[in-house]
Amino acid sequence: MFYFLHGARKVRGIDCEEVTVDQTAGADEGVLTSAHVLEYPYSRSVGPVIGAFLTGLRDGRILGASGSNGSVVVPPTEYDPETAEATGELVEVGPAGTVTSWAWIADPAPGQPLDHPFAWVLVRLDGATTSVLHVLDAPSPSEVRTGMRVRADFLPATERVGRIQDIRAFVPADDGGPG
Amino acid sequence: MPTPPSARGGRRPVAVVSFAQAQNQRREAHRNEVETLMPVFADVLGKVGITKDDVDFICSGSTDYLVGGPFSFVSALDAIGVWPPRRESHVEMDAAWALYEAWVVLQEDGVDAALVYGFGKSSLGDLSRIVALQLDPYVMAPLWPDPVALAALQARALLDAGKASEEDFAAVAARCRRSALDNPMAQVAYDRTVDELMTEDYVVAPLRRHALPPITDGAAAIVLAAGDKAFEWAERPAWITGIDHRIETHSPGGRDLTLSPSTAMAGRLAGVQDGRVDVAELHAPFAHQELILAQALDLGEGVSVNPSGGALAANALMAGGLIRIGEAASRIMDGRADRAVAHATSGPLLQQNLVAVLEGGR
Repeated sequence: MFYFLHGARKVRGIDCEEVTVDQTAGADEGVLTSAHVLEYPYSRSVGPVIGAFLTGLRDGRILGASGSNGSVVVPPTEYDPETAEATGELVEVGPAGTVTSWAWIADPAPGQPLDHPFAWVLVRLDGATTSVLHVLDAPSPSEVRTGMRVRADFLPATERVGRIQDIRAFVPADDGGPG
Repeated sequence: MPTPPSARGGRRPVAVVSFAQAQNQRREAHRNEVETLMPVFADVLGKVGITKDDVDFICSGSTDYLVGGPFSFVSALDAIGVWPPRRESHVEMDAAWALYEAWVVLQEDGVDAALVYGFGKSSLGDLSRIVALQLDPYVMAPLWPDPVALAALQARALLDAGKASEEDFAAVAARCRRSALDNPMAQVAYDRTVDELMTEDYVVAPLRRHALPPITDGAAAIVLAAGDKAFEWAERPAWITGIDHRIETHSPGGRDLTLSPSTAMAGRLAGVQDGRVDVAELHAPFAHQELILAQALDLGEGVSVNPSGGALAANALMAGGLIRIGEAASRIMDGRADRAVAHATSGPLLQQNLVAVLEGGR
């Protein structure tokens, strides 16, 4: 939809801009319409920890944060969620892991990582003490179970930009357990 | 003059003296938020014979994401009218947290009464997408996980841990919807057996239709009063003898989803176990979550859980938690209960939890 400022005129003594609306976008003849985009276009800076995590994804690696009492938090946070203490160095985890819970989606919604049926999964990556939420690309729900082994399937390097979708999906990995 | 029961925390006793809610429904097609709230305010103030000028503080809970416009809560103030100017605040949370803020403000001298309200027209957009926006914006929201799928991950964790069965989920739903038959404000109420409910299809396994909350347009309001003013306005105020809220990590994968330690801690600090509990109103949008909450609060056999039908009977976003406090308080005020527990939740999969203990006293 396009708007054209069409000169000034007076309405009841008040200066107004006259606005006409381009109706080529398919509006009914004679009816004024306007597009109303409902979104909050925030820009965020991701900080030193999430930033490193996303950069790691771009490079095909998954990083976790070393927390209190030997925990490794994935996705990493700047604090340990149990103790609130600052987390330490980032360590590489995965790319394989174990499914800790799952839910089969027969009818994916727009924007979700896969456009064919998939399972939402929580995956405890090897070396991590928490689970990450992502999708599992599996042929059917009968081939998904808690405890199954999976691994991250990354997009090709040229398509990775540093976002969670750089992991295309998790895929079944019959690798016999944590390596 | 009678004396209020002793309270944990806070130096002034504060009580719920009035509660009102709009008819919960799938879609309020004819009234906007202001028009929905106006009769609720007339009801909540009228029940105790006061006007808006008798309250010193106003606090609301709602979310701009439902309306799709920034600062939408400001226009909702037109429903009460804030002229001459008055102290007012808002939380982008369930209004149970607005009640918590009001309870804190009421600890000050010179603030003796507060109006708390919450509203949510959940029907305005695609709720699955709107609710997904509350998730971590970097590593979760970009995947667009919907709330039912997330709840299914939690329900599956309960099954895997051997802590509950699908029949247990159905039993919660059957009891809540049956109780809701006595709640004229409920949206979903029926009398069906567990066996009948178990024949329903899965929405997202292991959750069947009955385990899901309805999508609800609704609104609610509560009047709080401190000290003598509570006795002045209500024959039997519902004294808040304990209130606390606690939060866990925003990452569901960072928690044991079968437990709710934040609820347990808030319950302990609110003094849930300091006496017998007659009634508990638990904000469990999904049936299996009631099991987790009841366990976290260590509610015994004799407790009437969700006699209003709970969030399975109606679940107006941003009002559902406040309504739990209102339903619990109502049962104190009309003498059906002496001691009640109210709970509200916020965030994905019981991330944040508020627990209040309400008592009638002698």
